[in-house]
Amino acid sequence: MKNTIAERVADFLKGYPPFSFMGQGELREVAAQVKVIYCEKGKTIFWKGDHRHEHFFMVHKGAVNLLSNDKSHELFAILDTCDEGDVFGLRPLVAGQNYVLTAKASEESIIYGIPIDVFKPIAEKNIQVGYFLVESFASNTRNPYATSHRGHLYSSAVPTSNERDNLFELQPAKIIKNVMTAERSDSIRSVAKKMNSKQIGSIIIVDPDHHPIGIVTDKDFRNKVVTGKSLITDKIEKIMSSPVICYPKGITLAQAQMAMVKHKIGHLCITKDGTPKSRLAGIISEHDLVVSQGNNPAVLIKAIQRAEKTKDLKEIRKKVMLLLNGYMQQNIPMTHISKIITELNDATIKKVIEISVEKLGTPLCNFAWMCLGSQGRKEQLLHTDQDNALVFEDVEEAKHKETKAYFLALSQHVTRRLNKVGYEYCPAEMMASNPKWCLSLSEWKAQFTEWVTNPGEEEILLSTIFFDFDISYGDISLTLALSDHIFEMTDRHKRFLAMLGVNALKNASPLGFFRQFIVERDGNHKDFFDLKRRALMPLTDAGRLLILSKQVKHINNTAERFEKLAELEPENAEVYMNCSYAAKALLKFRTKQGLQNNDSGRYIALEKLSKQEKIKLKRTFKAIDQVQDLVKVRFQLQHLL
Amino acid sequence: MKLFNKRQRPLPDFWKSYEKSFRKKLPDTITDNRFVALDTETTGFDLKKDRVLCIGAVSVLNNVIDLNDSLELYLHQDTFNPKTVEIHGIIQEEQFEQISAIEAIQEFLAYLKNAVIVAHHAYFDITMINNMLARHDLPMLKNKVLDTGVLHQRTRLRTNLIEQQKVVSLDALAKQLNIPLKDRHTASGDAYITAIAFLKLVHRLRERGLPNKLRRLFWKL
Repeated sequence: MKNTIAERVADFLKGYPPFSFMGQGELREVAAQVKVIYCEKGKTIFWKGDHRHEHFFMVHKGAVNLLSNDKSHELFAILDTCDEGDVFGLRPLVAGQNYVLTAKASEESIIYGIPIDVFKPIAEKNIQVGYFLVESFASNTRNPYATSHRGHLYSSAVPTSNERDNLFELQPAKIIKNVMTAERSDSIRSVAKKMNSKQIGSIIIVDPDHHPIGIVTDKDFRNKVVTGKSLITDKIEKIMSSPVICYPKGITLAQAQMAMVKHKIGHLCITKDGTPKSRLAGIISEHDLVVSQGNNPAVLIKAIQRAEKTKDLKEIRKKVMLLLNGYMQQNIPMTHISKIITELNDATIKKVIEISVEKLGTPLCNFAWMCLGSQGRKEQLLHTDQDNALVFEDVEEAKHKETKAYFLALSQHVTRRLNKVGYEYCPAEMMASNPKWCLSLSEWKAQFTEWVTNPGEEEILLSTIFFDFDISYGDISLTLALSDHIFEMTDRHKRFLAMLGVNALKNASPLGFFRQFIVERDGNHKDFFDLKRRALMPLTDAGRLLILSKQVKHINNTAERFEKLAELEPENAEVYMNCSYAAKALLKFRTKQGLQNNDSGRYIALEKLSKQEKIKLKRTFKAIDQVQDLVKVRFQLQHLL
Repeated sequence: MKLFNKRQRPLPDFWKSYEKSFRKKLPDTITDNRFVALDTETTGFDLKKDRVLCIGAVSVLNNVIDLNDSLELYLHQDTFNPKTVEIHGIIQEEQFEQISAIEAIQEFLAYLKNAVIVAHHAYFDITMINNMLARHDLPMLKNKVLDTGVLHQRTRLRTNLIEQQKVVSLDALAKQLNIPLKDRHTASGDAYITAIAFLKLVHRLRERGLPNKLRRLFWKL
């Protein structure tokens, strides 16, 4: 029988992979079985955790959001938006699992439901279709051939057959189901015996309903019993740690880790509904997490510390990037991500310096290795340039030359190694290997004094880079002395702050008169939006200026600076908190862009952004406008601009 | 007594099984009910003289149009009106597999069963089909009928007093509801557009407080 509608559906399917690889006959076979589904705005197509349907889906008209939440959680993060021609909900059907994401129509939509029973045999027969599926699952993108749109078809929380790949971090954490338990009234001695006979390091204390109420680990015996604080005849509840942190089943490795870091604990209890008021279903221990996976932060830090060669560090660095990618997909808060990644960066730099010091012999005096700019602000998530400097103790005049020569040689070693690991050289030579930036403490002080008292355009530019220094190795008293010096100088020279203010306002609002994005007019990046210059820099500059004027030490991160400012000036707290949020959002944006396009994420092709992303960007610009106004008024810059 | 019993011959089996399907009560809710959106292409617009050339139908159940449960019948008719060919493009002796009217009726009734019919300007299509049934000594369709034109009026009830009574064409309706006008003027294409329009209209009515009760869909203006 002729089926006009099915033919039209086939025509539509043909325009998009994997159907574009199918023959006319195969397509018709599939199309005739399609279910056309009408979804009103906000309609849920499937929930995370739902049993898989018999169909996977393709958006025909409208748009569908893929969300991270399940039925019981209202809070969600939009992981991806599927537009016309995008396929979703396929992987669970192929892998035989429940849905790992929630799909919701973000507008009134018409969706095709394609029966897996019809599709699967064709996919198995048709090599190209098979390749497409394998590739899109492996690369975790909806369409591996379209580099322009690398959406994520499936949440990375799906275990894949290749357990060592980059998705591993986001698999469900392994739960130990056979948990040893004891009751609160049991004696310490009997519990210890039980643990000893089972060779376990921890035990969960439960109430008669089998709800977890506490945990006892080897450490508790060490700290509370052996020290004599408790007697072995006492009840176990006396030494248990309580309450326990509970989560529901299905928590991912990353989530479990974050929870442990957050609560500073080594064990999570898994209960039926995720609260302590339900039956204990299992536990997750930090030890098992670490053992079960290769690239978690703790393991990576250890690997960095154990590394002996630059080559090892390079390998580890690749894993760090995978970890970052995973965190971004999992939508873990930016502050956590940047802390972890910065720690890993720091550890790498430390290790490189250690290796170099070993090669060159013990330094002649104390020194500190400083990272500058984005690394100093802990905002460097992707590979960016290495901006660094070195400060060494003041030594006798006679020894100065020799000392400086040593540190220059050391710096050259370090920068070369860092370059091998994956940190690009700074094109402006702002590196410790440059004799200008490898100075003794008093030389640095003199340099800073010069910039602050005589601020021209170049001096301001240098200040914005060097004043965001952070120690990554060495003697902290040296960098503290430098901070003090900067505060003293800037306090005395108000003109300098005004100049910094002018600099902060140099890049005016990223939105034009008609609320459109201002794009680059010429050069290699014509018609691209310069995220760094137009959005990140104005915010960073304003944060630095304001925190300098408040003489706050040790806070380099822009988001944290604004949080501190909100605390110091409650009357402007709203503006500052907006800025703090904007700083995080922009950094995340840049990182995402960078990961997607495998570059620094600085230049953004606006047409590739979704509407939602644009709205998000514009929202951060509002904060920039607000803080620029504030700076203008506070430092009386109207006449200087 | 013959006067009251006009029927000469007993009803055929396919009609009996069609009738039988009505013994089952329709579900209470809109979402549980099977709707059949249909459209006919005819040799012309004269209800008596013209004939059905094509019946296209798709079923709707719980917001889903199942293409596997659709119907597309091309009828062989001796009546032929060159004027309407321009509109529907169906020329007799074309390549499609054509069946006789009685075969079409059998297939159609077996497909339709007790579903609620949805059509745009339903009166025309239903009358054409009923006339066809009558020519084959069969009673009229027993199905309940919903007209998307009327449903559309109900969605505008409170919005525009002047245009309230205006009945729009399928083209205008599709445009208003943002439905792409592909395959317009093929029976199946129009049936599909009608089905989508029906789903969107029901949603709009539901947003205005229509409960998920099938009988409420039949309430008059």
